[in-house]
Amino acid sequence: MKRFSWFNATSLTFGFAFLYLPMIILIIYSFNSSKLVTVWAGFSTRWYGELMQNEDMLDAAWATLKVAVFSSTLATILGTMAAYVLVRAGRFAGRTLFSGMIYAPLVMPEVITGLSLLLLFIGIGLDRGILTIVLAHTTFAMCYVSVVVSSRLTSFDRSLEEAALDLGCSPFEAFRLVTLPIIAPAVISGWLLAFTLSLDDLVIASFTTGPSATTLPIKIFSAVRLGVSPEINALSSIMIGLVTLGVISASLISKRAAVARAKDEQAAAGA
Amino acid sequence: MRRLALIALPYIWLLALFLVPFLIVLKISLSDLALARPPYVPQWNFGDGWDALKAFFGSLDLENFVFLSEDDLYWRAYISSLKIALISTLITLLVGFPMAYGIARSPEEWRPTLLMLIILPFWTSFLIRVYAWMGILSKEGLLNQFLLWLGLIGEPLTILNTNTAVYIAIVYTYLPFMILPIYAALDRLDDSLLEAAEDLGCSRIQAFWLITVPLARNGVIAGCFLVFIPAIGEVIIPSLMGGSGTLMIGKVLWEEFFSNRDWPVASAVAIILLLILIIPIILFQRNEQNQREAER
Repeated sequence: MKRFSWFNATSLTFGFAFLYLPMIILIIYSFNSSKLVTVWAGFSTRWYGELMQNEDMLDAAWATLKVAVFSSTLATILGTMAAYVLVRAGRFAGRTLFSGMIYAPLVMPEVITGLSLLLLFIGIGLDRGILTIVLAHTTFAMCYVSVVVSSRLTSFDRSLEEAALDLGCSPFEAFRLVTLPIIAPAVISGWLLAFTLSLDDLVIASFTTGPSATTLPIKIFSAVRLGVSPEINALSSIMIGLVTLGVISASLISKRAAVARAKDEQAAAGA
Repeated sequence: MRRLALIALPYIWLLALFLVPFLIVLKISLSDLALARPPYVPQWNFGDGWDALKAFFGSLDLENFVFLSEDDLYWRAYISSLKIALISTLITLLVGFPMAYGIARSPEEWRPTLLMLIILPFWTSFLIRVYAWMGILSKEGLLNQFLLWLGLIGEPLTILNTNTAVYIAIVYTYLPFMILPIYAALDRLDDSLLEAAEDLGCSRIQAFWLITVPLARNGVIAGCFLVFIPAIGEVIIPSLMGGSGTLMIGKVLWEEFFSNRDWPVASAVAIILLLILIIPIILFQRNEQNQREAER
């Protein structure tokens, strides 16, 4: 049984303090009753109340959520198709260009992606708003999805698909009944990744949005440029709380699934 | 037929929304600024015919790139972005390596929890994580209050709106990208190698430098590139944490576009930024390939 050495325990303590203290302080100060954000004046939930009254903020949150749901769903469909093409379609004309276009957006600075998409939307005369942000987010998120899904596709046993085809499935049935259930965890984590990337994005959304649509990050950015504000502290705390809840429950679910699988395998081996 | 549709849909999507926009940037970087909507010339319509097309290509030139090379603001911004990215990558490595090492050497039942704690900040909003530092580093902020209370300083330090704040924010936000690949490399390391080295007379520190560090090399390189490449083009951190003296090329591009509305120059800045990034990206991919071959 290994235990923490003195050195490792110290570096981990300091490291995690560095990672978490700023967020913890932010959450504590979101309950500060004073408008002066750095002076503690007692506990209050005043800023959460004011946040709930802030129509602009709520509208922006709603717009952000819509964009994230649409773009991550589209990105998951397109990204899974792209992954399937990369791993299973074999050779076709322009394959190199295709894989290049999948990997390039991952390393492309956001400013360039944003600028180039904006210039395209203006070039074709598309009105900027929710639709253009969805198109932009779908484009870069599908690349992330396809990387996640293709790593799962390469690692699983292809003979399962072939067996389904031999037993009379059409290629589409084989995909739906055999491939999809196997790659489902990767598809789901791809969707979650796309969803978070979209929720989080400021730079690309700023370029591709128009006056009709403002997302939450754009709203937060323009507010915090002027300095720290208690209302933004409250909003940030809510977002940190939701993410923490999501990540912890996701890891518990996957742990339980792993335990159940191990049990199944044991039962199968025993039978 | 179905195969064709399967390939065509994502292919056309990426062509239309990744490659074509990029070509438009390239084209506009060669155009001239104009007081029009959209604010650049020349423009070209399909209906204008061959002569118009010739005239169109004739009027594209490298003027914007000449302008960029002559105005030393842009040079300084490129150099300073590289410098800031490099220094913050090194600091991230110094902070990240001991953490990755600590997790890899921790009791087995602790590792999933510790890893989750590393990944959790990655899922929380980038903007909020940068913002969290604003209240800490500002002149009346908590850090200054704390240092004053300790009596270490006589008057508040200016940290926010300086390059120091930019370094702190980059290290903070990109730390998981450094830790995860190093952890992955260290996790594969076979403990018996270390035991063998110690049996053969190495001290623990010698064994660390002779065995652990060389075997973690690919992870370290991957982590460094994962921090260095996005840090060069960073916009949010220099805008929120940096001051008027902080020059970073992403911020220059942003301002050139949104404040000066000079699309051709912004496009030229983007093209050069990309050219600068190509070298580290190629090196990164080579490292990934080596790693994959080493695993076989």
